[in-house]
Amino acid sequence: MTAPLHEPAAEAAPSAAEEAAEAGTAAKAVQGRSLGRIAWERLKRDKLALTGGVLVLVLILVALLAPVITSLVGQDPDAYHENLIDPLFGTPKGSMGGISGEHLLGVEPVNGRDIFARIVYGAQISLLVGFLSAVVAIVLGTILGILAGFFGGWVDAVISRVMDGLLAFPQLLFIIALVTVMPNQLLGLQGTGVRVFVMILVIGFFGWPYIGRVVRGQTLSLREREYVEAARSLGAGRFYILFKELLPNLVAPIIVYTTMMIPTNILTEAALSFLGVGVKPPTSSWGQMLSTAMDYYEADPMYMVVPGVAIFVTVLAFNLFGDGVRDALDPKGSR
Amino acid sequence: MLAYLIRRLFAAAVMLVVIILVVFGIFFLIPKWAGVDIATSFVGKQADPASVEAVRQKLGLADPVYSQAWEFFKGIFVGRTYSGGGDVTHCAAPCFGYSFRSEQAVWPVLTDRFPVTLGLALGAAVLWLVFGVAAGVLSALKRGSLWDRGAMLVALSGVSLPIYFTGMLALTVVSFKLDLLDGQFVPISHSFSGWLGGMILPWITLAFLYAAMYARITRATMMEILGEDYIRTARAKGLREQVVIRKHAMRSTMTPILTMLGMDLGALIGGAILTETTFNLPGLGQKVLDAIKNQDLPFILGVTLITSLAVLIANLVVDILYAVIDPRVRLA
Repeated sequence: MTAPLHEPAAEAAPSAAEEAAEAGTAAKAVQGRSLGRIAWERLKRDKLALTGGVLVLVLILVALLAPVITSLVGQDPDAYHENLIDPLFGTPKGSMGGISGEHLLGVEPVNGRDIFARIVYGAQISLLVGFLSAVVAIVLGTILGILAGFFGGWVDAVISRVMDGLLAFPQLLFIIALVTVMPNQLLGLQGTGVRVFVMILVIGFFGWPYIGRVVRGQTLSLREREYVEAARSLGAGRFYILFKELLPNLVAPIIVYTTMMIPTNILTEAALSFLGVGVKPPTSSWGQMLSTAMDYYEADPMYMVVPGVAIFVTVLAFNLFGDGVRDALDPKGSR
Repeated sequence: MLAYLIRRLFAAAVMLVVIILVVFGIFFLIPKWAGVDIATSFVGKQADPASVEAVRQKLGLADPVYSQAWEFFKGIFVGRTYSGGGDVTHCAAPCFGYSFRSEQAVWPVLTDRFPVTLGLALGAAVLWLVFGVAAGVLSALKRGSLWDRGAMLVALSGVSLPIYFTGMLALTVVSFKLDLLDGQFVPISHSFSGWLGGMILPWITLAFLYAAMYARITRATMMEILGEDYIRTARAKGLREQVVIRKHAMRSTMTPILTMLGMDLGALIGGAILTETTFNLPGLGQKVLDAIKNQDLPFILGVTLITSLAVLIANLVVDILYAVIDPRVRLA
């Protein structure tokens, strides 16, 4: 361990450095360590969280490199292989849903599209919607939460009531309804583009109150701290205090809620596509594969297992990582 | 206590009105911006202009949105008469209107489907409360033990599994491979044992997901509470550990659990869309999904209202229970 690091956050918010020093002394002798460093060291010791983190990285790579990966195994997600389908039942020939050296995870019933290629491309939709809707929720939640907590009064009253209202809404119902009534063309996007865009907006919109409430609560307690008063007495403006003094101290809870929100959003996207209101074929999505698989689960159970496991592994990886991040950033945690 | 209740009831009523207005907005304004005509979609694509106009008159679709919303409100309490465009149809209170697609009255269909969903939600809730809370408390008390790690890994997997996937797996293994249950829904009025047999898999599948969530929350809450000063005080004054846990720790642990239960149960009673779709249960969730896909506004409004009402009632019950458990709430 070396001397305290000069991180940008430390300059922007003096308290971050102070707290880090305090936490550092509490954790071990006298060495000063930043909060981020302490969190990273805790995270490094958490094997399960690291496994989750590595899996998340692999999944992101798979999604980014989908065209490369599918061309490496020589499969096109949209190519039909009707010669591999039993004409009588519409199910793949051979055992285990037509798994072979050529089709690593078998082929779809009826049209014989390669499942491996479709799973790889499905990761794109899942991760894209999962991440971007979380970004929408964080931006909205942070801005509105910080405004509510900092200004109080009627600003707080309005924002808090809206958050309460949104949390009490039958959310899935509204998400389904909103996604369904959206037109097929929007802002120059078409078909799948519109659906993905609308899903991101709608899922993000219903997610922001969760982050907003936490940010508001934290802001309420932070704005009374001495360092805010000090900044104010030095003549700092409201927005300087909001974004330079308060925001850096809200980063930890925001990160925790983000990592916990992404898997939920991925599940919501899958559920929408499963219900037939999300991504439509021929674009592949895991939820939509499961919805087709429902018609074949007796004759071809493998077709259901593959996308199901894909969703499970993805969400589990994010959850493992998210739990680890939460424990690592929790100042009370001794784990 | 009474003032507290009245305040809660008032907030609930306001919420209900807001929800109705929002649903109306979504289904009347967005199609308008998108250039879709509701009357045309009601009659069908190849409709002649005259019958489209007749439908528009009869349903009052040409009226401003606020007066349509008002007519809908009124219909619920005093009934409604459709008289525009010639023939007259009377719809007795509570009138939720007629389907845009099948011209069925909405209210009887809702009352028909409600018991299915209610049975599903309540049965599963009993299961997940018992198993989820028990697993969470045990884990918190034996923190770091093999049981704790195992239970939490199962719980983490549970919250990572989509319910339609677990449902399909259960159906494949139990109904198809092992041939134990046939997984068919039978109305409770036909045969109680048949109903029970059809509901076992949906109950277990649904309860597994929620039990996993509740176990995680219970464990975290319990551990936080066990670190509180008043627990130390209770121990220091010589109370037996069992009493400390049961009387002091459990009481505070139950408050956040109750909040969650109110929200979850309310939302499920209004239609467990995913579970009902997976197991083909003829409940409200299946109906509303159907209605949304067909843009059948009267049904969507009806189910949304029931859902919102269920959420509000469940939250109200929770608020009252709160006041019973925690005296501080009564004074706030």
